[in-house]
Amino acid sequence: MSLIEIDDLRRTYTMGDVLVHALQGVSLRVDAGEFVAVMGSSGSGKSTLMSILGGLDRPTSGVYRLDGADMASLPRRALAHVRNQKIGFVFQSFNLLARTSALENVELPLLYARGISGRERHERAREALARVGLADRARHHPNQLSGGQQQRVAIARALVNRPSLVLADEPTGNLDSKVTAEIMALLQALNDSGVTIVFVTHESDVAQYAKRKLTLKDGLLVGDAPVAGRTVAAVAEPAR
Amino acid sequence: MTGMTFRIAVRALGRNKVRSSLTMLGVIIGVAAVIAMVAIGSGATESVKKQMSTMGQNQLMVLPGSSSSGAVMFGSGTVQTLTPKDAAAIRRDCPSATSVAIVVRTRAQVVWGNANWAPNSVQGCSPEFLVIRDWPVTEGDAFTEADVNAAAQVCLVGQTVADNLFGTESPVGQRVRLKNLPFRVIGVLGRKGANTYQDQDDVVLLPWTTVKKKLQGSSFNNVDQLMVGAESAAALVPLEAEIRAVLRASHKLDREGGPGAMDDFQIRNMAEFLAASAQLTTIMSGLLAAIASVSLLVGGIGIMNIMLVSVTERTREIGLRMAVGATSGDVLSQFLVESIVLSGIGGVLGIAAGAGGASAVAKLANWPVIVSPTAIAVAVAFSGAVGVIFGFYPAWRASRLDPIDALRYE
Repeated sequence: MSLIEIDDLRRTYTMGDVLVHALQGVSLRVDAGEFVAVMGSSGSGKSTLMSILGGLDRPTSGVYRLDGADMASLPRRALAHVRNQKIGFVFQSFNLLARTSALENVELPLLYARGISGRERHERAREALARVGLADRARHHPNQLSGGQQQRVAIARALVNRPSLVLADEPTGNLDSKVTAEIMALLQALNDSGVTIVFVTHESDVAQYAKRKLTLKDGLLVGDAPVAGRTVAAVAEPAR
Repeated sequence: MTGMTFRIAVRALGRNKVRSSLTMLGVIIGVAAVIAMVAIGSGATESVKKQMSTMGQNQLMVLPGSSSSGAVMFGSGTVQTLTPKDAAAIRRDCPSATSVAIVVRTRAQVVWGNANWAPNSVQGCSPEFLVIRDWPVTEGDAFTEADVNAAAQVCLVGQTVADNLFGTESPVGQRVRLKNLPFRVIGVLGRKGANTYQDQDDVVLLPWTTVKKKLQGSSFNNVDQLMVGAESAAALVPLEAEIRAVLRASHKLDREGGPGAMDDFQIRNMAEFLAASAQLTTIMSGLLAAIASVSLLVGGIGIMNIMLVSVTERTREIGLRMAVGATSGDVLSQFLVESIVLSGIGGVLGIAAGAGGASAVAKLANWPVIVSPTAIAVAVAFSGAVGVIFGFYPAWRASRLDPIDALRYE
């Protein structure tokens, strides 16, 4: 059984009076341990796909199973629980809480997971920060961290619940090429340790870090191929 | 989870200390105003009640009234129409009257050795006065009917006079001078405390005949006031009718076969008067509290305003929280708890400020003030309710946000 099973997924919005067909029948399988890049120009439906994958949005029609669970039919509460337990999000603009320490930011998903003691929360958050190489920045606030460091805090936050799937929406979109390489190296290292990652990018050289590349156009899947000549980051644990 | 929500809320408030404390200020002022107003109001009510309890027996006061000569009307008290004969008539002919006291008033300075004191009131009275006022003599003895008949130069002093004139020495047996006449202090009155108007203990009591004949040198024997005691409050109504009938008869106000002249006396029920003023102070304190609670309402609206701003400003935060697993309920309770914490802390500080303000008023203006536990409980409940009511709408708005829109919000 695949981790992600999508069949004939469609999503239609109304924007004012206009009907927008963001996804027009996408079918897809992603297995555990894959590292997938989703490419496409703006308006191609890749953000919509990511929202549905992340359980933030529901398809208009079609089937989406994550780990066997039918996400389209889950009630709001249960969907929140799935987001909490099975999915980690990384955003283009980091979305860290301001005036809040890195450690507390990483702890955030654990606050919404029932039955985790304060001590376990701290431990797991420290562990996650160590995994992204920021163990010594736990007390720093976002405005005391560089962009790359902030994104790594966000990645630690995505990992802290030990999710089956990490979704990243243009994770390097706000970063320069050197830091991009560091972040992609980190994602590769995480993938090597068994984390399934799906990320969106519009830069083909960033997509080269993945193992598989999907291309969307006008709400349809037009390309699905393994990455040839994959970029392998020089350092798994980048220097700080 | 509740503890967690509470911690999340407190952290969120801590990130915006200035705004949080200004928001709280609205509630602080509201609660403080309510507490202080209720404290002042209930203090006033309580002092009226206390005054009623120091008044003594159920009693009616009979005062000289207005008189008319021909068609010309004079004001009340312009003629002295009450006499000891009236007192005797009431005692004899009014079955509801248990006792009748005569009161005359004067002013005098009391001199003792080289010390002197001008009491608030120097009153001449008959021995029944102490019975009707339920006023014990704590040291020495009261004067008697014989002293009244002899116009004896003896006096009783109130606690204030005793303290101020004699200090630590016992007043009983001391020789004092009033208007250059020698008097012997034969007793000290028990403490009554202050009423609304004056210190009731700042008093010297003499036989009324002594005041009339010796101090005023008057050959008339009219009196300033009669006090008539009754068995119960219910007996006051028939008593008033009896007194009126007796006095109209003895003053010959009724003519055969025609309307008589107006009463040349007045009958007053002090208990009724005090009950009316107690009711008035209750109404006043209710009114004050109502006005004060308007400021609490404004404080609540302040909370709602800030919470709405906060929800808008933290839209992305809400989106993020939802993305990492917060349910609508989690978001709702977070913002609700934030507003309850704001109003709760504001309420506690407001109680402190209100109680402090009330006791400052008590010190500065010398008003009786009572901070009742009931008022505190009501204020706590009220400020909590303000938090829930005015926090609910912003919290609900936050919880209804769509996570995708919230995350994209700029």
